[in-house]
Amino acid sequence: MDYLLHVMILALIYSVFAMSLNLELGYAGLYNFGHVAFFGIGAYVSALLSQAGVPVSAAMLCALAAAGIAGALLAVPALRVSGDYFGIATLVFAEMFRLVCLNERWLTKGPMGLPGIPRPAWIAPGVDGMPAYLLFTFLAAVGTFVFIRRLTGSPFGRALRVIREDEHMAQAFGKNILLFKVKAIVAGSVLAGWAGTLWAHYISYISPADFTLTETMLVLLCVVLGGRGTNWGPVVGAIAVVFFGEAVRFLPIPQALTRYVAPLQGIIYGGILVVIMMKMPNGLIPEHRRKNA
Amino acid sequence: MAVHGVSLEIGDTGVTGLVGPNGSGKSTLFHLITGFYRLDQGAIFFGRHSIGRLPPHAISRLGLIRSFQHTRPLPFMTVLDNLIAAAPGQTGELIWALFLKPARVRREENDLREKARGILRLLDLLPLADELAGRLSYGQQKLMELGRILMAGPRLILLDEPTAGINPTLIRRLVDVIHRLCEQGIQIFLIEHNMPLVAKLCQQVFVMDSGELIFSGTPKQAREEPRVIEAYLGRENHAA
Repeated sequence: MDYLLHVMILALIYSVFAMSLNLELGYAGLYNFGHVAFFGIGAYVSALLSQAGVPVSAAMLCALAAAGIAGALLAVPALRVSGDYFGIATLVFAEMFRLVCLNERWLTKGPMGLPGIPRPAWIAPGVDGMPAYLLFTFLAAVGTFVFIRRLTGSPFGRALRVIREDEHMAQAFGKNILLFKVKAIVAGSVLAGWAGTLWAHYISYISPADFTLTETMLVLLCVVLGGRGTNWGPVVGAIAVVFFGEAVRFLPIPQALTRYVAPLQGIIYGGILVVIMMKMPNGLIPEHRRKNA
Repeated sequence: MAVHGVSLEIGDTGVTGLVGPNGSGKSTLFHLITGFYRLDQGAIFFGRHSIGRLPPHAISRLGLIRSFQHTRPLPFMTVLDNLIAAAPGQTGELIWALFLKPARVRREENDLREKARGILRLLDLLPLADELAGRLSYGQQKLMELGRILMAGPRLILLDEPTAGINPTLIRRLVDVIHRLCEQGIQIFLIEHNMPLVAKLCQQVFVMDSGELIFSGTPKQAREEPRVIEAYLGRENHAA
């Protein structure tokens, strides 16, 4: 039962994380390969402040602000280059963030990480608080979903799609594409930071090893698998990724192959995802459904 | 194609034409005027504004709107949305306004939809309003692009070969619309290879060759100007 709650909480946190990336990747067409940095900034800022005695809710708000500011600081220089180069710049940014966490021991305790991150006052620590934390993450995910749906269903979201499809066209019609992209990245970063705080206060221990390229790839997978540029896509993708990831643990693997359990699980997990992507290249929920074509 | 030493002025004359052989720098000039290419030297004025160093979106905001040589529809949006998206300065494009002024955003959106419908009616495209833009014919897309330009509240429209590749019926409709825009006081500057059409539409015409301006005057004068004839025929002989 606790395990099931754990999986559900993880899936919800990944949903929030994936929705935040989808705003940049799916709607604005920005390939941010360093998205995990904002998840990490949210987690670290919230953890450090709450450990310093700041109430968890206030620490969370500060974490969102920090992630947003970091997003703007990355976006303004990184968007001077476009396409692949933007991707590289974001990748480097995430690696810089990880190295800072690893080396600035006075602040982050380096590779030792930060243990004992408190939960919000109204949620009990440990296993007892899991149902309440599930409710908390559920409400957080719903809030994020509603927020993003408002953005993407609005003239703002429409302008992002125009920019994604044809930058020159957007410019010819007076859209300041740099400003729109910066806004998309700041909003995406704030929400990634939100996912990071949810995760830090749930898991109660973070270290630089949690914020590697692998995490970015995993969340990228959630978005692409679910269907980029749709509101439900990243949610469905996150649930699928977390569910399949957990389900392979229960595969009946023969005694003789015990040594290879972990690689086999990885291969099967990867295989499932590859098959889904091959069969449905636009994701489980494609953005442009064919109309009686 | 480099453009060199071009100096021209478009008065309040309605429709102005820009002609010249392929590769003479007409589209390059359009890119320079609209800020898509950067000027190495020189200056461009639009009314009182010096626009030579402005980015494309800022130039567009002043009411100088362009089309591109090849159609650029947003194929997965409806025709109506293609038009609405082109309107400048929408309140709903500001994130804070979406949450703090939702009523105003909704009202503006409704107004834009009505305006877009009105423009589609003018272009005879209203029955296609809810069709995906990618499903329109090439000529219909060109008309839709003119509609998008009208949504942007233009004072001067730069059209890059508006009639290329579209059938005579749609050309007539386009000409009709251009006349009506002139009546509303909107200036049009167009690149066109169809000389009879240029003669019919334009009060003034500029001719370019090899990146330089070689003639300015009325279309009738242009046809009699030896340098213009040479620029066109010289190229054709060369090609043959």
